[in-house]
Amino acid sequence: MIPASLELVQLTKSYGANVAVQAIDLKIPGGSYACLLGPSGCGKTSTLRMVAGHEAATSGDIVLGGRNVTDLPPVQRGTAMMFQSYALFPHLTAIDNVAFPLRMRGMGKTARRAKATETLRLVDMERYAGRLPSQLSGGQQQRVALARAIITEPRMLLLDEPLSALDPFLRIRVRAELKRIQRDLGITFVHVTHGQDEAMALADVMVVMNHGVIEQAGSPREIFDTPRTEFVARFIGGHNVISTPAGPIAVRTDRIRLSRDAREDGLAAVVQAAEYQGSQVHVALDAGPGRMTALMGDAAYDADPMRPGDAVRITWSEADIRTLRPSS
Amino acid sequence: MITDAAPARRHLAISARLQALPLGLVFAAFFVLPLVLVVVVSFWDYNDYQIIPSFTLRSYTESFEGCLDELPGLCTIFRTYASTARFCAIVWALTLVIGFTVAYFLAFHVRSSLWQMVLALVCTIPFWTSNVIRMISWIPLLGRNGLVNGGLQTLHLMDRPVEWLLYSDFSVVLAFVHLLTFFMVVPILNSLLRIDRSLIEAAYDAGASGRQTLWTVVLPLAKPGIVIGSIFVVTIVMGDFVTFGVMGGQQIASAGKIIETRLAALQFPPAAANAVILLAITLIIIRVLTRIVDIRREL
Repeated sequence: MIPASLELVQLTKSYGANVAVQAIDLKIPGGSYACLLGPSGCGKTSTLRMVAGHEAATSGDIVLGGRNVTDLPPVQRGTAMMFQSYALFPHLTAIDNVAFPLRMRGMGKTARRAKATETLRLVDMERYAGRLPSQLSGGQQQRVALARAIITEPRMLLLDEPLSALDPFLRIRVRAELKRIQRDLGITFVHVTHGQDEAMALADVMVVMNHGVIEQAGSPREIFDTPRTEFVARFIGGHNVISTPAGPIAVRTDRIRLSRDAREDGLAAVVQAAEYQGSQVHVALDAGPGRMTALMGDAAYDADPMRPGDAVRITWSEADIRTLRPSS
Repeated sequence: MITDAAPARRHLAISARLQALPLGLVFAAFFVLPLVLVVVVSFWDYNDYQIIPSFTLRSYTESFEGCLDELPGLCTIFRTYASTARFCAIVWALTLVIGFTVAYFLAFHVRSSLWQMVLALVCTIPFWTSNVIRMISWIPLLGRNGLVNGGLQTLHLMDRPVEWLLYSDFSVVLAFVHLLTFFMVVPILNSLLRIDRSLIEAAYDAGASGRQTLWTVVLPLAKPGIVIGSIFVVTIVMGDFVTFGVMGGQQIASAGKIIETRLAALQFPPAAANAVILLAITLIIIRVLTRIVDIRREL
């Protein structure tokens, strides 16, 4: 399987007067794990469906592995999609579901069943080959859906919120498994999610979207370290957005220093709450016009515990300031 | 715990039975009892002016009289049933194709559920008048000097009236299809509306053509609706005598017609015997249909 790179050029989708995706440009290198991240209605799912070929682009181009595929059906694109609801055929057993794309290509029963068994083994589901989807748990259905998507050896796998139907515990296990499978297959994954921790954990390329435009794209580390806009800083979390006369800035919550010395320079604030979270303590602060959060190590906190109502000064070092563009 | 659970469960079972009782009584009074009476009467004797409550197989043997002698040819009753079954098959095939097409159109091509509802109601318009009036309305249209023949002659497509339009196999099938297609549309539509749209997308994603999607995804998932619709159509056609009579010009024999003729002659035991035979055959057909699809599981 040769991984395909993806390039979107001025890609736009509008439904009448509603613009879902607004002339976005994006490049995702072949073989990488990309996450489209954003709140609901930000255009991430529309983008994915256009790449998959399930939604026609209003304008712009989709280039896959150097080939313009904007007007091709999914099979000719070499993509496969995993649906949010898994979309398993309820009348077919697990193995026949997985073999379905091969059946559509006219492969004989014995050959396609052999290949389907092999693919089911890859997702550790060969024991359930004869079961109907209704006889499988949510996690098992998802594995079958994944097997059905990869059986045709696509060059790119598109996943629409694949973890949203799972319980939090299973979600973390499955996401590690998705990453492993992506590495094993060596193909490009494009994964839509609204969970920033999911995107951080998985992505090589993280694309933060809002109101139909890309706010920022880059590695998770890049984005967390230097959020470019107010929206990104707020959405990925872990940042305080502070308005200053020169414009909004972001400071990471763990880089905030609190001091009880009222003579010290800095923002005056009142402690509102302290939330114990194990290795860290979340201190919520009321700093005049806005609320802020300080994340303290448990040792530092225990040395001088803050109580609600305590007056403090907030300071941060020059190097931790990130200047933000206001969001579009 | 174990000693407590058993009476509680028994109590639950009793209250469940009590709740089912009213419907059970209605069912027993208006369905089971008449059916038992029909079976009982079919074994009674009769003469020209009365029925005699004594056990005999006479009604059955007379119905099949001469059938063994005529083999391999078919005796009257076999010929009648074969003819009825043929009509049944033709009507079933036509209503299935038309009904599925209409239901498919409503389910997949009509986007708004409001329009789906409006159009489904439009399908019920034929039911706003009685069955007999609807059939009689065909006569001025299809008759020897009817609209169709008049039109054909005016356009000089035909120089004399087409005879097979009315009082023929054609008109019987036409009336049945007109009458029964709706019974196919509703259950199939119900099945189709319950198909998750993402399944169609998944099939498309897997490379299925429109025809492949129809054949491998939509049709299998519509099976319960198809079987339920088929049961309606088969039972109605098998037992009908009015449509055969009116549209066939009283010239076409049918299973229902046998019973009606016996009843008209006040020969209740043979009428009952034929009703039992018809019921048995219809049940066999339904059994075959439900073997194809386990409706109870699919619902």
